[in-house]
Amino acid sequence: MIIEHPLLGPRDAAEFTYLGDAAMIDRPDWQSGDAIREFHDYLYLRDNPAGEHRELWFHEQGDRSWLVVTRNTTTHEITKVELARDTALASGRHR
Amino acid sequence: MNYSGFRVFWEGLTGNAGWKPAWRDPDPRAEYDIVIVGGGGHGLATAYYLAKEFGQRNIAVVEKGWIGSGNVGRNTTIVRSNYLLPGNEPFYEFSLKLWEGLEQDFNFNAMVSQRGIVNLYHSDAQRDAFARRGNAMRLAGADAVLLDQDGIRELCPFLDFDNARFPIRGGLWQPRGGTVRHDAVAWGYARGADKNGVDILQNCEVTGFQIDNGVCKGVETSRGKIRAKKVAVCVAGSSSRVMERAGMRLPIESHVLQAFVTEGLKPIIPGVITFGAGHFYVSQSDKGGLVFGGDIDGYNTYAQRGNLPVVEDVCEGGMAIMPMIGRARVLRMWGGVVDMSMDGSPFIDKTAIEGLYFNGGWCYGGFKATPASGYCYAHLIARGEPHPVAVDYRLDRFRHGAMIDEKGAGAQPNLH
Repeated sequence: MIIEHPLLGPRDAAEFTYLGDAAMIDRPDWQSGDAIREFHDYLYLRDNPAGEHRELWFHEQGDRSWLVVTRNTTTHEITKVELARDTALASGRHR
Repeated sequence: MNYSGFRVFWEGLTGNAGWKPAWRDPDPRAEYDIVIVGGGGHGLATAYYLAKEFGQRNIAVVEKGWIGSGNVGRNTTIVRSNYLLPGNEPFYEFSLKLWEGLEQDFNFNAMVSQRGIVNLYHSDAQRDAFARRGNAMRLAGADAVLLDQDGIRELCPFLDFDNARFPIRGGLWQPRGGTVRHDAVAWGYARGADKNGVDILQNCEVTGFQIDNGVCKGVETSRGKIRAKKVAVCVAGSSSRVMERAGMRLPIESHVLQAFVTEGLKPIIPGVITFGAGHFYVSQSDKGGLVFGGDIDGYNTYAQRGNLPVVEDVCEGGMAIMPMIGRARVLRMWGGVVDMSMDGSPFIDKTAIEGLYFNGGWCYGGFKATPASGYCYAHLIARGEPHPVAVDYRLDRFRHGAMIDEKGAGAQPNLH
């Protein structure tokens, strides 16, 4: 697989390590009354879809940026690559 | 019809006219006591033991494609019970004992071949870890022998003992480990289940569950609705996709594991050999091909094929321990989709929905577990409580901090 890095251009997927579902960017609120259940679900449960999947890749052998890659899990086709930082800021995270 | 040497001889004399299909191809009935979703090794084994050991009747196995079309036909056929943790080892040893009696039990030649498995170690620390693992195995009634370098030389003289980076110091040997003809396991269980009255319904995809007030009352399939008192899902590789139809999210990611076979060679590999410093394992099939594999690819996928970086990594592992493998040519390679769970261990449990049971999360090690998985799942379904060797395989174990993490890698499925 070739990942189209937003800053560096096309890079071999072997340069990256994989973390998983990009939903992990959104940590639950630790002060929520239901925090224990929310953190259990956040840590251990996954949607694991067959089809389009937004996921976190870390460019470990490159510029060490985190990317959000939109990839089809049935074909391995990559349709979108964003910097995870941009995704997090756009969703309201301040750091 | 009973299979035997005499039968083969007799059929040979009478023009092989007496052989019959090994199982029926019935139409779905409107209702069963138990519907098992998934006609792979585990599903068929579950049906077989439910009928044979737990006295259940009126059982159906529904399968989307043809039986044995999933991972039971895509694995590297290794059986072993060399686990460390108390939640795992007794279960896998129970499985190995079932393998040992399986062919007599279901009257089918599954070519169970206990040629032994050796895990190589390359450092003092690894030797200590393997000594501990061997002791844990023996405590659970399994066999384990810690071999030094001379012992390994006797077993496998062709290894690269003096490798500059990872010299081979010895290994943990389990003589009772080995290989089994994988397709024959599915066929043997299917034939055995059918003989005991189980309906095997192929080309019958489950498209939904009939759930009424938290009680599962049946399944909707591509061949019509089937009512059932109990529905047991057993579809590792596709667990998340199927359980989503019952509104459940699972502690599972789907990943691809690749495997490779070379051209047929004369007998050279005595049993199963695994590399301790990278991820590589190899055995030799009865046809002579070297069967080998290594790590999973490491990203979510439902495609039954992997990518080249892992191919390279696996072949490097092979070259590191036995450079002679470089002379062999790879004939085939393929991938199988596996349920990678959050702690690397499986699930055999009830769900929060009454009458709905779940078996999955077998990671890359489901084949060796087939008999015990079927037996313990059947125990749970028939008796309503887990089998003593499978009590820890609970779906809610992460909620209670009771994970079974052999590798200590944490909630990161691609690291297990």
